Amino acid sequence: MELILALGIGALTSCGVWLLLRPRTYQVVLGLSILSYGVNLFIFAMGRISIDQAPIKEAGRFASLLQYDDPLPQALVLTAIVISFAMTALFLVVLLASRGLSGTDHVDGKEPDA
Amino acid sequence: MNSWIDHLIVVPIALPMVVGGLMLLLGDRRRTLKVSLNILSTLCLLGVAIAILLMVDAGDSGGPWPGSLAVYLVSNWSAPYGISLVADRLTALMLVLASLLGLCSLIYATARWDKAGVHFHPLFQFLLMGVNGAFLTGDVFNLFVFFEILLAASYGLVMHGSGWPRVKAGMHYIVINLLASSMFLIGVALIYGVTGTLNMADLARKVPLVAGEDRALLEAGAAILAVAFLAKSAMWPLNFWLPPAYSSASPPVAAIFAILSKVGVYAVLRIWLLLFGEAAASSAGFGSQWLLYGGLITLGIGSVGLLASQELPRLASFSLIVSSGTLLAAISFGQPSVTSGALLYMVSSTLAVGAFFLLAELIDRTQVFGANVLALTMEAFQAEGAIEDTESDEVGVIIPMAMAFLGLAFITCALVIAGLPPLSGFFGKFALLSAAINPEGTPGGEPPGPHVWALVTLVILSGLAALIALSRVGIRVFWAPAERAAPRLRLIEVGPIAVMLGVCVLLAIGMGPAMQYLDKTAAALHAPQGYSHGVLTQPRVPSPTAGEQ
Repeated sequence: MELILALGIGALTSCGVWLLLRPRTYQVVLGLSILSYGVNLFIFAMGRISIDQAPIKEAGRFASLLQYDDPLPQALVLTAIVISFAMTALFLVVLLASRGLSGTDHVDGKEPDA
Repeated sequence: MNSWIDHLIVVPIALPMVVGGLMLLLGDRRRTLKVSLNILSTLCLLGVAIAILLMVDAGDSGGPWPGSLAVYLVSNWSAPYGISLVADRLTALMLVLASLLGLCSLIYATARWDKAGVHFHPLFQFLLMGVNGAFLTGDVFNLFVFFEILLAASYGLVMHGSGWPRVKAGMHYIVINLLASSMFLIGVALIYGVTGTLNMADLARKVPLVAGEDRALLEAGAAILAVAFLAKSAMWPLNFWLPPAYSSASPPVAAIFAILSKVGVYAVLRIWLLLFGEAAASSAGFGSQWLLYGGLITLGIGSVGLLASQELPRLASFSLIVSSGTLLAAISFGQPSVTSGALLYMVSSTLAVGAFFLLAELIDRTQVFGANVLALTMEAFQAEGAIEDTESDEVGVIIPMAMAFLGLAFITCALVIAGLPPLSGFFGKFALLSAAINPEGTPGGEPPGPHVWALVTLVILSGLAALIALSRVGIRVFWAPAERAAPRLRLIEVGPIAVMLGVCVLLAIGMGPAMQYLDKTAAALHAPQGYSHGVLTQPRVPSPTAGEQ
């Protein structure tokens, strides 16, 4: 499971970085979103991965705290998801403004001379 | 008993949030009301910040917060579990600086810039909320949240007034900062994964206890976190976004943005000294070489940029980069006396650069379109004759008051930025350099190493570069007999600049008390045990119903 998760984070992050370096604003937005998915999974993984362990203590479920999952990274991920979602929306608006003002979707606002 | 005083700490965050939200509800029409609300709220913030500063400084001698450390437990959860807000001397100083800069740029903006687009006033309050929160928080993840708040507001403000250059620079600014936020999260997650805590005070206690094989992970996390802070504080090579974004932003926005790069410097100063101070066992001083050489290169690049830039806003942006470089290199020494000099330099350079952004617009107003280019061409081709011919006509002409003010303000700005006596910029640099050359405890013993001389040389050279660049502009603007329009200045435009520069002058006059305060600040920063102990032992407020149970 660790290997699959690590590979998933790696693939998402590398796709995100590659897209981020592309010259079209739409690719940049996608890159930022995919990168943020990678980061969110990474935060998740930092709470240690486990199966069938509840993050909230329930009466009569387990005796030891060691049998529970760490709830904090889940709360952190929730905050990070909300923030990255809002930022993506905001960036989309800026992208549209830039497209409208410059007439192109190149990140520098003009097509390269080629 | 004095519980209302304890709630003062949360005011710098809560007040702008409430006022900003209220202004969003007011819609876009009632401008006068919004302007007055905004100014009133910012004035209150300044008052609260000064009150916090005075009470924190009173410390053990009769102040409400013994040990000069005020801790506010949000929702009454005790320290490592809940979020805590912490105000010590450094925080109080930064709060005062932020609200002073905010008030000045806000008053300047009400002259005309706030009408250039929608939602200027709410965004301004949210920006102040984010900045104040970032200074006050004692929790790394909460720091991330406040960073995002101030960044979200700054994305709106950087494009205030619209126009293609602003949108283009703003788009690049947003992408860089979103990427930096991702790095921030990765760093925070790594640190949490290793230490199991996000509270800064708790982190300071846990870092020395980290086992050998985990230490590399912790340091990697801290380094990734530092990339996010350093991108914000404009260290080379993470600073290419700054000059276009700041110089194309509207002047009052650029002026308040002068504090944003200092938020990055503050975060580096706070977290680096807490996590990797002398107590951090084998990690002590981790990354100081990076800070030092990164800072020095930034200083060099900033100086070259100063010499190369022709427009006033770009000049101001590069002075900001020079100031960041100086600060980062000075912080890396990890020596209280150098830090206190750096703090003085930070206060005066932030105010001077902020004033300079505002001044740049007023000076540009005196220029007849095209005259600037003409003067430049004449300079380039050394057409001395053309300039001197007309000079005799100018003799005896009374300088209008507006020009006199602009000239005087420009000279003051230049003196502070270049660090020349008799103003506070000089004292900051002097305190910094003399402390770097003579570390305490070794009077005339150990000779200063090459990195000290590199810092000294670069700081002095950057001062020279600033002096050359600024006097060149000054001669071209004020002395060259170009055709110029007599500017019409309003009091609300002149006042803020005069206040900011006046504070620099006051700092130079009140050097003794200011240095005393900063020395104590630096001493507390370099002894993080006091900070962690204070935060972790802060008692919870007893529940009012506790007796009934």
